[in-house]
Amino acid sequence: MKEELRELYRYRELLYMLTYRDIKVRYKQSIMGFLWAVLMPVLIVLSGIVVRYAYALVSGRHLGTADIASVAVKSLPWAFLVSSIRFSCNSLIGNQNLVTKVYFPKEIFPVAAVLASLFDLFVASVALVILLLVIQTGWSANLVWAPLLLLMLVVLACGIGMIVSAASLFFRDVKFIVEVLLTFGIFFTPVFFDVRMFGDEGKWLLLNPVSPILEGLSACIARQQPPDLPWLTYSFGFGLAALLGGYVFFKHLEPAFAESI
Amino acid sequence: MPDVALQMEHVYKKFRKGETFNSLRDLIPALTGRMFRQQELSNSDRREFWALQDISFEVKRGEAFGIIGPNGAGKSTMLKLLSRVMKPTRGSIHVNGRVSALIELAAGFHPDLTGRENIHLYGTILGMGRREIDAKFDGIVEFSGLAEFIDTPVKRYSSGMYARLGFSVAAHVDPEVLLVDEVLSVGDYAFQNKCVKRMKEVICGGATVLFVSHNLKTVAAFCHRCLLLEGGRAARIGPADEVISAYLKRSHLAHIADADSKLVAISQVTVRNEHGECARFRSGEKAWIDIELRARKRCSNLSLTLYITDDECQNIFDTSTERLGHGTLTLDEDDVYTCTFGLTLNMATGIFHPSILIYRYDTQTEYDRWAPATTIYVSSHDDVRGTVHCFPKVVRQEIRQASAANLAAMTTDIKEDEECDII
Repeated sequence: MKEELRELYRYRELLYMLTYRDIKVRYKQSIMGFLWAVLMPVLIVLSGIVVRYAYALVSGRHLGTADIASVAVKSLPWAFLVSSIRFSCNSLIGNQNLVTKVYFPKEIFPVAAVLASLFDLFVASVALVILLLVIQTGWSANLVWAPLLLLMLVVLACGIGMIVSAASLFFRDVKFIVEVLLTFGIFFTPVFFDVRMFGDEGKWLLLNPVSPILEGLSACIARQQPPDLPWLTYSFGFGLAALLGGYVFFKHLEPAFAESI
Repeated sequence: MPDVALQMEHVYKKFRKGETFNSLRDLIPALTGRMFRQQELSNSDRREFWALQDISFEVKRGEAFGIIGPNGAGKSTMLKLLSRVMKPTRGSIHVNGRVSALIELAAGFHPDLTGRENIHLYGTILGMGRREIDAKFDGIVEFSGLAEFIDTPVKRYSSGMYARLGFSVAAHVDPEVLLVDEVLSVGDYAFQNKCVKRMKEVICGGATVLFVSHNLKTVAAFCHRCLLLEGGRAARIGPADEVISAYLKRSHLAHIADADSKLVAISQVTVRNEHGECARFRSGEKAWIDIELRARKRCSNLSLTLYITDDECQNIFDTSTERLGHGTLTLDEDDVYTCTFGLTLNMATGIFHPSILIYRYDTQTEYDRWAPATTIYVSSHDDVRGTVHCFPKVVRQEIRQASAANLAAMTTDIKEDEECDII
């Protein structure tokens, strides 16, 4: 494994180039260019606001700016997770030529897909920052948690990305299963709602490893509070396990890629 | 073993024939079905086949090594094993040094990116660093001859431009071990020459080169040693010329097997010089081709054609008994006819394939064709290129000096003329 990681490090420039290619191609192909990165999150944020508004109407509460900020802060990372899993799922099949013809560590493909989605997240974050400034959420020292939480999300995305990319190479319908899971995942993840709303039952939602990360982001950015550390440790452990497990899984299957694709 | 660049030891590679399950939808019913029917497992053995069996060879550092063989012999599998994209089922492969593969150029290109971006992308894929590419960038563009179009997306390129750009990038990698597929055949004549020159530079630069090719001319021109693959086995390893002629002989022999079904069959073709059977000639040397025909039924109005193709299957010479003024001939049942063509081989260095065709002159019905019937190697001491040898000599040279005084120019002219005339 040490040898494999050293090799991966030797190919770091390829990772950079493939990420660059993915970004460049995505922005070149769409007429809207950079708007593409913003459109998806904006749609998610808007639908979140609608859901929140309905919730406020039913419970007789007023829809506050804090609610909007919370939905916005959680939507972007969710959009990132969805797009990185979706793109990495296709990353090996979509690069058939390279998989069968040239030798290099193939985990570069799903990782590059995740990094390209991360770039989208940064572009969309600019819009988010403007929104947060407008509605005057304020800020605190708890913001330092944000990059850490984001890193955990990237780790998780890489782990899942490696698993689904390798699996979809062998079984083409894995792609559809992943697509369905991603579509309905939003109902099992606190994006439009908060875990707090469920009271004690909320802990079941937190079992979804993405939940503590999103809740943490919402806490440290929108509510200026520290994240829930025990649950975050759980997410962190899960993410790390996904990364290691995904890597081992990927590397185990890698020799068969060229002849099975 | 520091002088061994590449070593294969008892390499086997197994593939599965037929359709394998590539979706869960098919796999799950198949698996549950298999639990009830045990015999399915034994069936799986029959669906396997060995693409390569017991291949062992060594390539020394700085050597150019060729791998040849008919379609389906396992050349592509070999290439994939060498480039480490696939792993052998059994056996081991050791490579000392950085491997680069010139396989199907432009595999790494993205159509939406510009030539400039693709050079960076493909260069990185081939294992170059960013700084290395920056340093070589101008050289790559110049080599490709695509400077004008370098900021155009490559999807607007013609396929020739695509391949040229691909080769240009690949040619600038400095590998220790280079794998070459059928890639030297891209571009026009001038570009091909450039590629060949570049390949020679790479070989002279001390790199180990492996050619996997159908193009025997390239293999013969570059390689010191060769491996002939047949049905996944190493049929022969040795000096390039020997292995190539062994390969060609096999494909010639395949012809005789089906002679019984023909009305008139070519039964033998041999090439000789004045001393006897021979396959190597000097440019300008005389050669005789003996042909033997057997008729199964009475056939009339026959004419025998001899034509010679070069290694790219281009017809370079064509004649017939009828055209040489001998009229047509008629053979009775079980007649044996022999004929000898005398030729002067005015070809430049290369591999040539004499082919024989027997046909009915008036109806143009073809009875038998043996192409290629045999193979000859022509070599020349003179450094001439191309297909034919015109035995050139420099008879006169002159420099008209534009800048110097006219008088001085004239005197040197005369002097030079005199010197040149002596030659």
